[in-house]
Amino acid sequence: MESVSSGLLEAVAAATASALLEAETSLPSDVNAAIGRALEREKDPTARAQLENIRENIHYAEERGLPLCQDTGVPVIYLTLPPSVPATETLYEALAEGVRQATNSIPLRPNVVDPFTRENTTDNTGDGMPAVHVQPGDELTITVLPKGAGAENCSRIAMLLPSQKDEITRFVAETMLLAGGKPCPPVVLGIGIGATFDGAAALAKEALLLPIDEMDPFEQEICDAVNNLGIGPMGLGGTTTALAVKVRRGHCHTASLPVAVNVQCWANRRATRTVEVE
Amino acid sequence: MDLKTPLGDEVLDLRAGDAVTLSGTVYTARDEAHLRMREEGIPFDPIGAAVYHCGPVIRGHEVVAAGPTTSARMNALSGFLLDAGVRALVGKGGMDEQVREELRGRAVYLAFTGGCAALAAARMQVKGVSFEDLGMAEAVWEIELDHLPLIVGIDAHGGDLFAAVMQKAKLQFSQEFNSYKGPDL
Repeated sequence: MESVSSGLLEAVAAATASALLEAETSLPSDVNAAIGRALEREKDPTARAQLENIRENIHYAEERGLPLCQDTGVPVIYLTLPPSVPATETLYEALAEGVRQATNSIPLRPNVVDPFTRENTTDNTGDGMPAVHVQPGDELTITVLPKGAGAENCSRIAMLLPSQKDEITRFVAETMLLAGGKPCPPVVLGIGIGATFDGAAALAKEALLLPIDEMDPFEQEICDAVNNLGIGPMGLGGTTTALAVKVRRGHCHTASLPVAVNVQCWANRRATRTVEVE
Repeated sequence: MDLKTPLGDEVLDLRAGDAVTLSGTVYTARDEAHLRMREEGIPFDPIGAAVYHCGPVIRGHEVVAAGPTTSARMNALSGFLLDAGVRALVGKGGMDEQVREELRGRAVYLAFTGGCAALAAARMQVKGVSFEDLGMAEAVWEIELDHLPLIVGIDAHGGDLFAAVMQKAKLQFSQEFNSYKGPDL
């Protein structure tokens, strides 16, 4: 039976903790650039003040090695595995160990609780936490996406009819209308279109891993509709409600059109580590 | 305008949308602290005070992270503070019509940028703590502030920037997608 060496398991835990440290204390360059572009475009003085606070906050967090936001999120992990590494229980446990290490050392706020008793596990792990998504790949890579609750709670899914593809933009805009300032805009919106009920939600979250430097015409159309609402940074008004909209698609049933919107606050935190496999 | 605690009638000159800085002393309070203060009394001099909706991360005397929490959770819990003389509530996301009326003629709601925990921490020093048994996030921390950059979200005259922005957003949505009734908001 195939197994994973203890050396590799330790490397996986260390890489997970290292990726979390980077994600929690700094933003990817594409997200920083998008905030910079928003500041160039934005004319509303109140909106500009919010964006300037955000930029200064990013600066302090990086300088002091401290979390960008006190909601350090729950750990969502995307894993690619080469053919030589099996997806064993011990590998999942190594990812959880990396989360525990990061929770202690950064430190992260313990956010993971039982859904009914609300009892805190105190180490950011639990049943289904970290949330791990595995795909085959050429290398062993670990990508972390710490997800805060304020924005996650504003996410929605719709099972549209096949004839309603023109309604997608409206559904996304409606999601932000209902959200207002609650998800700490400017947001990044991950949209999953197609697949199944659960698959659309997974695609929406995966869309948040895409670089936000560029948008295709469809993504730009949705982004414009959201920004036309004028909600602005923190719901205080302005033209920057969304930094970007990213879409991922999957084939779906001929009678279905699932659409999921995963709302992400301005702190679009993500980081990747590659682990050497002997 | 640069505000400094204890606050007085200068808050009456503010209008929703004004940019201000706040210096002096703020007292953090979330849900549990509000409930305790309403039961047992306010553990600081409320006259001219500022209350910050925040559950900070404190290490020793150092503020590690102190971003604002969602103020709406304190909608039904703020009247007694304003009656006692508190002049400013600080948080994120705005508050409801009841608070807008309670602020009228005496106090303001100041909005801080959500998620800016590190920026806030860089401008804060811990002075003291009450209700520490409630836990770090829910305790009332006395914090010295140095020019925290804020926006007047709700003024003392019924002006409410959050409500005005969402009213415009709703109108824009119904115009752009006019074939559709829209959700019940």
